[in-house]
Amino acid sequence: MIEIQELYKYYGDQRAVGPLTTNIERGEIIGLLGLNGAGKTTTLRILACDLLPTSGSVKVAGVDVVERPDEVKSKVGYLPDRPPLYEDQTVSDYLTFAARLRGVPGHKTQKLVAEAVELTELGDVAKKVIGALSHGYKQRVGIAQAIVHAPELVVLDEPISGLDPVQIVEMRELVKNLKGDHTVVLSSHILSEISETCDRIMVINSGKIEWSGTESELSLALRQGSRISVTVRVSGASEDAALARATEIAQRVPGVSAVDAAASSETGPGVASISVRGEGDLREALCRALVEANVGVIALGREQELESMFLELLGESGEGAPVRRKKKRRKEEAEAPAPSPSEGGAA
Amino acid sequence: MSVAFLIARREFSSYFRSWIGPVLVAGTLLVDGLLFYWLNGLDQKRLSGEVLQQFFYNASGPTMIAAILLTIRVLAEERQTGTMILLSTSPVKDRDIVIGKFLAAYGVLALTTLLSVYMPAWLFVHGKVAVGHIVVGYAGLLLLGAALTAVGVFGSALASSQVVALVVSAVLAAVFVLLWMVAKATEPPLNQYLGALAVHHENFRPFMQGILQPSGVVFYLVFTYAFLFASVKVLEARRWQ
Repeated sequence: MIEIQELYKYYGDQRAVGPLTTNIERGEIIGLLGLNGAGKTTTLRILACDLLPTSGSVKVAGVDVVERPDEVKSKVGYLPDRPPLYEDQTVSDYLTFAARLRGVPGHKTQKLVAEAVELTELGDVAKKVIGALSHGYKQRVGIAQAIVHAPELVVLDEPISGLDPVQIVEMRELVKNLKGDHTVVLSSHILSEISETCDRIMVINSGKIEWSGTESELSLALRQGSRISVTVRVSGASEDAALARATEIAQRVPGVSAVDAAASSETGPGVASISVRGEGDLREALCRALVEANVGVIALGREQELESMFLELLGESGEGAPVRRKKKRRKEEAEAPAPSPSEGGAA
Repeated sequence: MSVAFLIARREFSSYFRSWIGPVLVAGTLLVDGLLFYWLNGLDQKRLSGEVLQQFFYNASGPTMIAAILLTIRVLAEERQTGTMILLSTSPVKDRDIVIGKFLAAYGVLALTTLLSVYMPAWLFVHGKVAVGHIVVGYAGLLLLGAALTAVGVFGSALASSQVVALVVSAVLAAVFVLLWMVAKATEPPLNQYLGALAVHHENFRPFMQGILQPSGVVFYLVFTYAFLFASVKVLEARRWQ
């Protein structure tokens, strides 16, 4: 469905994207995951023919975005990070306008608008003025305009941005409902969001795809070598004795490479905490070994959450990382030309 | 072209969904009416033809100002509110966007201009004026309005905000209106070229007098086309940035 070969995009001397090469199959839901400024929005805008690439080739359904942009545009529906809504129009008038703009013939317009309204559950507000709607509904109208002309490819830039938890769940369902009829490419900087919705995840950093795979593959990759924190209770033992016993058992578990004492959030007689490092996901084996040795497991979990492991994957880990990242970004911002408002803060 | 009309229709109706359309139409007609009453000396004995000529001269000012005020939003607002992306990611030519925006703003301006026809009609009933004079005078106002609307669209295409669009358009309009003064201060043959480029003075005066000069019509049409063409080029250039 999408073929990208050696894509580069420069803003002046600043490289926003590239080198980027990837293929996306028809019917897939792809999540583009990256920090702010990683190149997600620029990539999506090139796919939607809103920006021209500096070099390289981008084809949507076999059609080149530079050679035949109008043909590509009629195959693509795009929701930017800020939905492009005319707030003085009613939802149905706006969707009719968007459909006609994308070349839908007059006799098909009402049917397609009705389908988009139904899919995005906008029936209750179809006759309301867009300016009077809540943020969540406006985001739905944004998606409705992206699918109203029944495009083959739907491109959604940060579709959950600014939504409350209920709206996020609804939006997730909405995106999943697009699967089948459309190929969907969406971007986010929230790992959990992407992993919930997408068939395949592409991690983008500094304009390049650092990693690509399914959610389980990413999870496995992230969890490799991660630390596990275990808190145990040994009846009738002192704290030191409990620590020694837990350490001894953990060291015998295959795959464990290091066991250290850890500060415990729980206190009490016979309670101790250890930090275990090893290959792969050791949580199950570790828990079983402790329980079989009559050591009570009070708590067990990864020391890092997926989000911080994701930062590790992007080489942003370590205590100094946030500061380094801020400095790096400030330096990049100082060097980069100021984006015009029309770019909508292109990443 | 049908896409241009689609854009024009949406834009035209949006003028009247907000306060901008009604206020600009009413404001322009109010100023036209007041100028007609105060500056024409209706209580004095004057030839109807002179009064009509003065009416077209008076009406040209509010028409030019209304053209600029109507157009500052057409592209700058789309950019400001992020709706430009809907147009730029649709299979729509930049030419259609510019023509659509121009037609919408010009439609409101033409409507406003034509609504002032009750004043020449009053002269026609109570005085002695030729219908041809009225028709040619209105043709002049509409051509002048088209030229200034094109300048406004160009200013809006260049600017990223409506305030900047207003400043750019106003400066451009002032330059082309006041070129005749520069022409007066320069030597031949430069003064002839500058005078011929003045959007109001030399080119509009014959229309006021009821004289239809083909050169004037051609001037306004070429002027309008040149600024619309430049607006299309500005939109195209933005895509390559």
